[in-house]
Amino acid sequence: MGLPPYATLGQRIWYYSFRVICGLIFFFLVAPIVVVMPLSFNAQDFFTFTPEMLRLDPEGYSLKHYRDFFTNPQWQLALKNSLIIAPLATIISVSLGTLAAIGLSQSHVPFKGTIMAILISPMIVPLIISATGMFFFYAQLGNWMESTLGLDKGFVGYVKVVLAHAVLGIPFVIITVTATLVGFDRSLTRAAANMGAGPVTTFFRVQMPLILPGVISGGLFAFITSFDEVVVVLFVGSASQKTLPWQMFIGLREQISPTILAVATILVVISIALLTTVELLRRRSERLRGMSPG
Amino acid sequence: MADTATDQAFVEFERVQKSYDGEILVVKDLNLSMPKGEFLTMLGPSGSGKTTCLMMLAGFETATHGEIKLDGRPINNIPPHKRGIGMVFQNYALFPHMTVAENLSFPLEVRKIGKSEREEKVMRALGMVQMQDFAGRRPAQLSGGQQQRIALSRALVFEPELVLMDEPLGALDKQLRETLQFEITNLAHDLGITTVYVTHDQTEALTMSDRVAVFDDGRIQQLAPPDELYEEPQNSFVAQFIGENNTLMGTVSKINGDRCEVTLDGGEIIDAKPVNVSEVGQRTRVSIRPERVEMNKERLQPDVHTLRAEVLEFIYMGDIFRTRLRVAGNDDFVIKTRNAPDQVRLTPGTQIEIGWLPQDCRALDA
Repeated sequence: MGLPPYATLGQRIWYYSFRVICGLIFFFLVAPIVVVMPLSFNAQDFFTFTPEMLRLDPEGYSLKHYRDFFTNPQWQLALKNSLIIAPLATIISVSLGTLAAIGLSQSHVPFKGTIMAILISPMIVPLIISATGMFFFYAQLGNWMESTLGLDKGFVGYVKVVLAHAVLGIPFVIITVTATLVGFDRSLTRAAANMGAGPVTTFFRVQMPLILPGVISGGLFAFITSFDEVVVVLFVGSASQKTLPWQMFIGLREQISPTILAVATILVVISIALLTTVELLRRRSERLRGMSPG
Repeated sequence: MADTATDQAFVEFERVQKSYDGEILVVKDLNLSMPKGEFLTMLGPSGSGKTTCLMMLAGFETATHGEIKLDGRPINNIPPHKRGIGMVFQNYALFPHMTVAENLSFPLEVRKIGKSEREEKVMRALGMVQMQDFAGRRPAQLSGGQQQRIALSRALVFEPELVLMDEPLGALDKQLRETLQFEITNLAHDLGITTVYVTHDQTEALTMSDRVAVFDDGRIQQLAPPDELYEEPQNSFVAQFIGENNTLMGTVSKINGDRCEVTLDGGEIIDAKPVNVSEVGQRTRVSIRPERVEMNKERLQPDVHTLRAEVLEFIYMGDIFRTRLRVAGNDDFVIKTRNAPDQVRLTPGTQIEIGWLPQDCRALDA
């Protein structure tokens, strides 16, 4: 869309300044992420661009921080914890969030607005406040599980963090699934019932495949929330449940090692890969169902 | 189909009432009984309760009072998926994530029918609507008419004895609608299926059905075969709703068996057949079909009353002429005449005299 030949001077100025503003916004969004990447290949143990790096001298670059990440037991424990906690929290968020969204989309549910507001609240309430509340709540719950149920301390620790993260992820799932349900044709479930399918079959064969794009993007948000989350983990978890963000946070405070930058780079790459995959899958399924042109 | 029909009612509504809010009755005291193999249409304006009745039969709504029976057993407490009723929806309701063949195979899979038998039944059902070549397509790749054909064969594939259709042709264009009307009635009669068809299109109702139930205000106003419905409406709602109709208001001034005289509000006297008026002095709305009005005095009985009319408009419609008249103060009195070689074309302003056979003019409730 170019400028029309009859554009006035004012329109021309606005046309170019609009582009500059958009470029600047984009730059401010992306620059902090991009700048981390070359720094993570630093041969020195500092957060600065060394003269060798600026000269593009191969001597100035190394993979030693990546090596550190993959060999250091502290980082490996954090990685393992993140890979345990995030998927479990995601599964819980997706199951509960999807069911909640379907329930709330029924016309006969009373106090829909209130219930929705309560379920969404973890997303709106400042995280530090939720975290403080969770700290007391899960401390009690943890004590009860350890003393009354006699469960292992480490296991209880994981349960606490997983549940806390699931709560944070649920609003994302509810919002995305509710959005897909808006376009869901209720006569499809009626048709299925008519053909003899019980409610469970109808859910898995008809409703679920159709709202899957919403469920997947909700799940992705829930996963990334848990994977990136540091505040709640600090409050609810103990050192044996430390996740990657926790380890990064501690690392920043105690020893400013570029290993943090290496981890950040890996996380950014994983996030981009995840988002791209999911988006491609979603487009494919929409095309199959003829919901979007092309 | 008539020979398979028995005295035993297949579908029965007994004193059924339905209210959504506990105050307003959407369906009021519905009684209906259908023999096996019948094609029954529920016709009525929107909000008349016809769709609610269909939904109660399908099991998506529950009756507030009364009983619905299918093949002699009450089905009020049977959930929709155990009723074994086929249904065609207005918006087709095909599963967009499945191919045509998968859509048709779904009700068979749910019934745990083996793969080879399933495939055979799917192809046979697609054959009934000439859609075998489309088995591998997805619904979004089909036109509206094709989608509705698939929806129809999906409702028939598991061989239900009762099929419900909720305005299935509402979203299609006129020509396609006419073709499909024909296909649906033929299929229903060939397979001997009992069909309940809901529509607000009276042409559809008249051309397709064995019997039509005209709904208004939550009640069946008249339940009759199409010809009876058109020619002998039982009340003024049915007369107004089915086909075109001329009405005149008046008071019954003489009753003699199946003939009566009505004095119109302007003082003119006409002959009519008393339908739901019973005594002299009652207010009545007389109704006469445009094609039953006679302009040729020689064809009328000598003793009948005639009315003076002024031609207001003459419309040439090809096969028929439609002439609008002013009769007894009514400016919308329409007559239809066949485009025959000897038929006169009236010019506006002409004064003519019209009359009718007394049995064609029905004195109904006011």
